[in-house]
Amino acid sequence: MDIANYDSRFLILPIKKIIDENSTTKTFVFEHSLGGNPGQFLMMWIPGVDEKPMSIAYDDGKEFWITVCNVGETSNALHGLKEGDKVGVRGPLGTSYEFGKGDHLALVAGGYGAAPMYFVAKQAVEKGIKIEFLVGARNEDLLLYIDKIKDLEGVTLHISTDDGSAGHKGYVTEVLKEVLAEGNVNKVFTCGPEVMMKVVGQVADYAKVESWLSMEKYMKCGIGVCGQCAIDDTGDLVCTKGPVMSWKYLQNLPEMGKYHRDAQGKKHNF
Amino acid sequence: MANLSVNFCDVKFENPTVLASGILGVTASNLRNVIRNGAGGVTTKSIWLKEHVGHKKPTMFGTKEWFLNAVGLSDAGIEKAKDETFPEYLKDKPAPIIANIVESSMEGFAELTEKIDACNPDIIELNLGCPNVEDEHGKPFSCVAADAEKVTKMCRERTKKPLIIKLSPNVSDIAEVAKACASSGADGFCAINTLYGMAIDITVRKPILTNKSGGLSGPGIKPSAVKAVYDIYKATRLPIVATGGITSGEDAIEIMMAGGRLVGMGTMVYYRGVEGFGEVVKEMDEWCDKNGVKNIEDIIGAAHN
Ligand SMILES: Cc1cc2nc3c(=O)[nH]c(=O)nc-3n(C[C@H](O)[C@H](O)[C@H](O)COP(=O)(O)OP(=O)(O)OC[C@H]3O[C@@H](n4cnc5c(N)ncnc54)[C@H](O)[C@@H]3O)c2cc1C
Ligand SMILES: Cc1cc2nc3c(=O)[nH]c(=O)nc-3n(C[C@H](O)[C@H](O)[C@H](O)COP(=O)(O)O)c2cc1C
Repeated sequence: MDIANYDSRFLILPIKKIIDENSTTKTFVFEHSLGGNPGQFLMMWIPGVDEKPMSIAYDDGKEFWITVCNVGETSNALHGLKEGDKVGVRGPLGTSYEFGKGDHLALVAGGYGAAPMYFVAKQAVEKGIKIEFLVGARNEDLLLYIDKIKDLEGVTLHISTDDGSAGHKGYVTEVLKEVLAEGNVNKVFTCGPEVMMKVVGQVADYAKVESWLSMEKYMKCGIGVCGQCAIDDTGDLVCTKGPVMSWKYLQNLPEMGKYHRDAQGKKHNF
Repeated sequence: MANLSVNFCDVKFENPTVLASGILGVTASNLRNVIRNGAGGVTTKSIWLKEHVGHKKPTMFGTKEWFLNAVGLSDAGIEKAKDETFPEYLKDKPAPIIANIVESSMEGFAELTEKIDACNPDIIELNLGCPNVEDEHGKPFSCVAADAEKVTKMCRERTKKPLIIKLSPNVSDIAEVAKACASSGADGFCAINTLYGMAIDITVRKPILTNKSGGLSGPGIKPSAVKAVYDIYKATRLPIVATGGITSGEDAIEIMMAGGRLVGMGTMVYYRGVEGFGEVVKEMDEWCDKNGVKNIEDIIGAAHN
């Protein structure tokens, strides 16, 4: 596998370690570096099952992680694997979050989105960048990566849950509104359900802060060929022009926050 | 600046490059984006009568020299084409559109021809040569000349629009199949579809594609495509959408000299992105200027003289 040289065959790797994150989510550690940046993804193949895109949750030059929610056939099969079992990966693919010295970031995570957001935070902290880390979930049990985030210096953690079992009771976007009102944040990055990200984009826009979203659309090839992840009405592909895309670009698209397409290209409303 | 426009079955293309079927093209906005990036025309992904589920992934991957796929012709069916893809694309139509259709029976092909005709494409292309659904549907019709002749005739009766046949290279004599189609009313051809292929991952000791076997495309198949186009042109002199392994302006010129009137490109997108269409057109133009070619149509079939 050497994407830069047009080789998109799989690299077969054993799972080095499996970490239980919560009742539905596990992190899989691989002793290998893909050289990926925060926001980029890989295609993961479970031989005999299927292949799916997964965000790179961490890559420090020695090992990388993916964090996967058990929601269906492939993720369930992955959750059934043991340390030492082998899967195929190809990547890193797609675009990443861009940041540098002098930035003050707000990271807004929903669901497994906490994983790629953690990767941003980890790299940003090393550059001395200040971070507001907002994590939202339905309840306390579903919060992800909280201990890891707490270990990072220079990061202020803001928790919210729909039922109030931890942190602010309500939506993560309500917390974002308050954080942005303080006027320090100059960039907002978000990864989570599209409907949530749309509100993040709107809230940031209202506060005159630019934001970048990580789009999740059904993907087949991940390498810009099949056209499955094309978005209306620009026709751009999320796998190559994204997954990280600016709100500036996304805000006027007719499908943003409204519908997505399945493996046959049929529309489904959110 | 040479004149790169081409007349294909009385349909005018601003330049000879056309998006091949099954690459990009899931939605109208995606097809329009291909035209925005410089293509002279587009071909839809193969359309079925009903929704058709493709193979499980991995369905494709590539190397520097070749690309292997077994998507399995996933599609939402003619209803989506009728209600969404065609109306959205034809609204101030940016360039000609070729509707590629597929079915498992000859009757299905004929019925679908009539239905796609009503969607108003410029050209109808019968995909008689996909190698990736043989387990479900058996050998493609273009692998047996008599079958190809019969299905062409049945579809011919259902449309007055230009009707072209997409041929499989996986035959011993492609010219014979082309002649059979021509005898039953085909107006032209698209050649080639993919060659048979398979790749095995030696670590897991399994074929990489979930379908095991797949279709081979990309730079490595160009000589096979050039030969097929040469043979079809020699046998029929009908217009051909010359397709297979074309990734540069010089490749495009070469396959036009073999007999291509239009040049289909699919896997090129893997190597050069959608922007590659405009780049290839520019390279063709530069080649024409350097070689004193004023009209691109003058080089069609040049290698036969
Ligand atoms: C760029 C990109 C990055 C991704 N990164 C990750 C990641 O880091 N971790 C991760 O767990 N997943 C990630 N996904 C989603 C992942 O690719 C699969 O879609 C997901 O694992 C479901 O696959 P499945 O085969 O298990 O479920 P399927 O059998 O495909 O789906 C089962 C059911 O779950 C629903 N479903 C599918 N996806 C989700 C979802 N995300 N949340 C809730 N319900 C869902 C479907 O609508 C369906 O009803 C990413 C997707 C993209 C496009
Ligand atoms: C990913 C992929 C999907 C394809 N799907 C179709 C299809 O749906 N219908 C069809 O007639 N040909 C299909 N083909 C074949 C191409 O249209 C083309 O004939 C072949 O790939 C050779 O051209 P190329 O080397 O420029 O890709 C597909 C090819 C690829 C690579």
